[in-house]
Amino acid sequence: MKKGQFILSVLVSNHAGVLTRISGLFSRRNFNIDSLNVAVTEDPSFSRMTIIARGDEAVQEQIEKQLAKLHDVKKIELLRPEKTVLREHLLLKIKVTKKTRGEIVESVNIFRGRVVDFNLDSLTVEVTGESDKLDAFIKFVSQFGILEMCRAGALAVKRGTMADDTDYE
Amino acid sequence: MKATGTKVIIETLIEQGCDTVFGYPGGAVLNIYDELYKNSSRIRHIISAHEQGAAHAADAYARVTGKAGVVIATSGPGATNLVTGIANAYLDSSPLIAITGNVALPLLGKDSFQEVDITGITMPITKHNYIVKDVNELADVIREAFMIAQSGRPGPVLIDVPKDVQTAVCEFESKKVQKNSRQCSVTDKQIEQVARLILEAERPYIYCGGGVVISQAGEEIAKLAEKIDSPIGFSMMGLSAVSADNPYWLGMTGMHGRYASTKANSEADLIIAAGVRFSDRATGNKSRYTQNAKVIHIDIDPAEIDKNISAYFGLIGDIKSVLTLLLAKLEKQTHTQWMDKIQQMRIQEGIHFVKDGVMHPKDIIEKVMEYTNADTVVATDVGQHQMWVAQYYKFKKPRTYLTSGGLGTMGFGMGAAIGGCFASGCKKTVLFTGDGSFGMNLNEMATAVTNNLPLVIIIFNNGVLGMVRQWQNTFYDQRYSQTTLNRKTDFVKIAEAFGATGYRVMDIKMLKEALDEAFKAQGPVVIDCSISKDEKVLPMIPPGGSIDNIITR
Repeated sequence: MKKGQFILSVLVSNHAGVLTRISGLFSRRNFNIDSLNVAVTEDPSFSRMTIIARGDEAVQEQIEKQLAKLHDVKKIELLRPEKTVLREHLLLKIKVTKKTRGEIVESVNIFRGRVVDFNLDSLTVEVTGESDKLDAFIKFVSQFGILEMCRAGALAVKRGTMADDTDYE
Repeated sequence: MKATGTKVIIETLIEQGCDTVFGYPGGAVLNIYDELYKNSSRIRHIISAHEQGAAHAADAYARVTGKAGVVIATSGPGATNLVTGIANAYLDSSPLIAITGNVALPLLGKDSFQEVDITGITMPITKHNYIVKDVNELADVIREAFMIAQSGRPGPVLIDVPKDVQTAVCEFESKKVQKNSRQCSVTDKQIEQVARLILEAERPYIYCGGGVVISQAGEEIAKLAEKIDSPIGFSMMGLSAVSADNPYWLGMTGMHGRYASTKANSEADLIIAAGVRFSDRATGNKSRYTQNAKVIHIDIDPAEIDKNISAYFGLIGDIKSVLTLLLAKLEKQTHTQWMDKIQQMRIQEGIHFVKDGVMHPKDIIEKVMEYTNADTVVATDVGQHQMWVAQYYKFKKPRTYLTSGGLGTMGFGMGAAIGGCFASGCKKTVLFTGDGSFGMNLNEMATAVTNNLPLVIIIFNNGVLGMVRQWQNTFYDQRYSQTTLNRKTDFVKIAEAFGATGYRVMDIKMLKEALDEAFKAQGPVVIDCSISKDEKVLPMIPPGGSIDNIITR
C-alpha cells in the first residue's frame, strides 16, 4: 500500500449502471481512485467492488459517507491492510532472446509466477501478489524489454476472525 | 387487476397521494397522456410552456406542500429540458419525481428519434434514478421512488419508462403507502455532551438552514433560542423557518447576509447549526469562519457533517427529533452581555443603510409586504433582487418562500410561482424577479394566464444584469462586459400580449396604485419597477473573505 491509500470493500446491487454510479461519484466529488475491481458475488443479486482510493482522513470519511448515500450501495467496509488479504494480478509480455530466456524464467519462478505463453521472441507471464511485489517484478524484468502489460485492480477480503480484534463497519 | 404500464403509473401516483402533475406531452408519453385524459377527474395535469417551467413548478409544489412534486416529460428534448429543474431540486433537497418516456426497448441505444440516455445524464443530479425495462417492476419502482425522494434528506428521483413498457400489461394491486418515520440515532450521552457545550457557551449563535423547514422544526428552533438566550441567523434556504417577528431573529448570514447576522456569526463562540451545509456563499473563508467558534452540526445527512466545516460535535438525525431531545436536557440561560452586543450590531446595521435612488428595492419590498400576509407564497428568481428579498422580506411561516438557493437558477421564478400558487390553493402569490431572470422563462406567462393564476409579478428592472454588473464594478474595474442589456422589451406590452395586465412604475406612489389593482385582480399582473442600475446589494463579503472584509457602502 502506498502512502494515503486505503481499501474499501463495497457490496452493491448487481444491475446495469451501478458501476457508472460509483465511478461517477468519485469523479464528480473530485475523489482519487487508484484501482477498482468489480464482479458478482456468491449471491447473484450483489456485486462486490474492491476500491483502492487515496486521500487524507477527511477525504476517506467523505468517500465512505457519500458512497453510503447511493441507493445501490448495500454495505461498505474499510479494510485495514494488515488484516486483509490483498491480491493483484499481472500479465506481462516480455521480450526474450536465447541469452536472456533463462534469467527471465528464473525470475518468474522466484516471484512465483507462471509462464503462460511461450514464443521465440517473447514470453507472457502471470504473477499474482500484493502491489509492491508486482512493482518489484516489473522493475526487474523491464531491463529485458516489456512488450505489453496488463494489470488488474486489487481484490481484497478481510482475514478470518483470528486476525480480527475490532469491528470496522 | 390487469393493467397497462400507463395505468400502473397513474394508479400508483394516486396511491402515493399525488393529485397534481406538471408536464408537457410528446411522442414517447402519448400513452401516459391518454391515461391522464381518462383520469382527469382524479389527477390534475398542468401543461407548461416549456418542460423546464414544469420542473420548477413541480419542485415548488413540493416545497410548499412538503410532499413530492411530479413532472412528466417526453423522451429526448423533453427529458433534457428537465435537467436544470432536476439539478435545482437536487441542490435544494426538494422531493421531485420526474417521469420521462423513452423509445421502445428494441430501439434503445440505436440513436432512435428523440432518444437520449436520461438516466445517464441525470445520475449526478438525482438521489436515484431508474429505467424500467419490465412492466412488472413499474409499480414498486414508483413506490420506491416516492420513498427515496421524501425520506431522509429529500431529493429528486427520475423514472424513465420506455414506450413498450407503458403499453405492456401486468398484474396490479394497490398498496398502502408506507409512512416515513423520523430518523434519529442520537444517544442520551451525545445529547448530554452537547447540552454541556451549550451551557459553557457565552456567545451562542443558532444557524438555521433549509433542513429546519423540511423537518418542520421552526418551533423547536424558536424554543431553543428563548431557552438559551441566543440569536438566530439563517442560511438563505432556512429563512422562512422562524418568523421574522421573533425577537431573536437576525436574518440571513453570509456573503449578502444582514450585517448583524453575519457579524454575530463571526463573533460567536458556539455555532449551533441545524440543517445547513455551510455553502461557500454562507461561510466565506472557512478557516476564519470557525476561528472563534465551536460548531455543533445537526443534520439528517451524515455526509454533511465535516464536509465543508469540521464540526466540534455532529448530531445525525431528524432535526425536530434531535432538538426535542436537546430541549429536554437544557436549562434556561441568559447571555445579557452578548445580547446587548447583538443589539449594538442591529443599530449598526441600520446606520449602514443608505439609499440614493428614487425607488430603492427595499422600499418596493416593504410596500409589497403591506399587501401580503403570513401565508402568501413568495417566489424569487436569481440575482440582486433575490438577495434584497432575502434581506428585507419578513417571512412569517415556513414553506412560503421559494428561491433557488444551491443552483442559483435564473429563470426559476416563473415556474416556481406557478407551482407555488397551485400548491397554495390558487391564492395570491408574489414573484419578485429581475429583467434578466424574467427574460429567461417569461414564456410561462402563458401558463399563468391560461390557469388565471393570481400572480403578482414584480420586476426589478434596471436594464442590466445587476449581480454580475456589481461584481464587474467591484472586482473588474467597471468593465461591464455583456451585462448592459438596454433591451427595448416592453414588459407591459408583453404582459398584455400574453393576456395579462401590466403596469410600469417609476416611484413608490405609482407602485402603490399598481399594487392596489394587482391585489384586486383575478389573473396575473406584471409590475415593471424601474430601479437604478448602480444599486448594489450590500453588505457584501467578497468571495473567500470574512467579516473583516465586509463592504457596507
